[in-house]
Amino acid sequence: MLKNNSSQYGLVSVLMHWLMALAIFALFAVGFWMVDLNYYSEWYRTAPYWHKSVGILLAAALLLRLIWRRISPPPLPLATHHSWEKKLARVVQFCLYLGLIILFISGYLISTEDGRAISVFDWFDVPSAGALFANQADIAGVIHQYTAYSLITLAVLHGLAALKHHVIDKDHTLKRMFGHKP
Amino acid sequence: MKKLLLAASITAMMAIPAQAADYVIDTQGAHAFVQFKISHLGYSWLHGRFNTFAGDFSYDADKLTDAKIKLTIDTTSIDSNHAERDKHLRSADFLNVSKHPKANFVSTKIVPKTGNEFDLYGILTLNGVTKEVVIAAEKLGEGNDPWGGYRAGFAGTTTLTLKDFAINTDLGPASTTVQLDLVVEGIRK
Repeated sequence: MLKNNSSQYGLVSVLMHWLMALAIFALFAVGFWMVDLNYYSEWYRTAPYWHKSVGILLAAALLLRLIWRRISPPPLPLATHHSWEKKLARVVQFCLYLGLIILFISGYLISTEDGRAISVFDWFDVPSAGALFANQADIAGVIHQYTAYSLITLAVLHGLAALKHHVIDKDHTLKRMFGHKP
Repeated sequence: MKKLLLAASITAMMAIPAQAADYVIDTQGAHAFVQFKISHLGYSWLHGRFNTFAGDFSYDADKLTDAKIKLTIDTTSIDSNHAERDKHLRSADFLNVSKHPKANFVSTKIVPKTGNEFDLYGILTLNGVTKEVVIAAEKLGEGNDPWGGYRAGFAGTTTLTLKDFAINTDLGPASTTVQLDLVVEGIRK
């Protein structure tokens, strides 16, 4: 039930997948919106604070997810999938993980160049590692921005591919992600 | 005749005004500062500075109006002691340093006031905009230093309107201008 088996996603993987998807799209939207906030906006301080807090928690969630992948590997691809589909899906999934990792590192480097820690909802602080290279905040900022655009593009394609399986191929790819048995 | 010629040339040489001494601004020993302050919400001051700049000046106490100064500021070196804010200040919302990595000031004239004070006129190029500014300046002192050199120090203040330099980000009604404070100590070349 909690664990995955060879044909079905368990509850842990299903929840992690959809909660993280929600967090990723929310972080992107907030990030896109908050950088242009007016100084007198009531969100000027809270939006970045939430963005950073949720981002750190998402990083922790990804770590757990990757560990969980080891403990309980995902089910095998559907037999009806073409081999190029399987390969492409694997590449995209790998890039999604990689993109998230780059976003976590670059986001962390923007906020911590001056030695300030990142407060996660005033619950705990992630300490700064200081300035690790010149122009750290600027370089990390550019990387963060373009990685975010790439990741969200890839995530949309990943979603459209799932819809394609659901609507055109009429297979169980998408349903399975909700824990359905094929 | 020879004597006369000699006398004439000596007179001529004496008539040439004493060459104003040239100074290099002591950025090496960090005895010079380019600082700014801007009101925060009308309730307080935010101070910051530019860490990297260079310049020189020529100055003679007897010929103040002949003095000249030029200063180049590396705008990427802005430092308000907050990495996220400095990143924002370097962005196109403020100084757009990737496009305008340098700010320049070149003096044009000096109008003496009382005592050691004078108005320093000059052309400031900041954020790609070139504009005349007047710096209310003051000579602080000059003399031998303990290490065999000769130094002269000045301080100056001017207020810039952000919009004049194409900085259009709205920081609120109390924060439309920024005060620039310069402290310049030169070592005679």
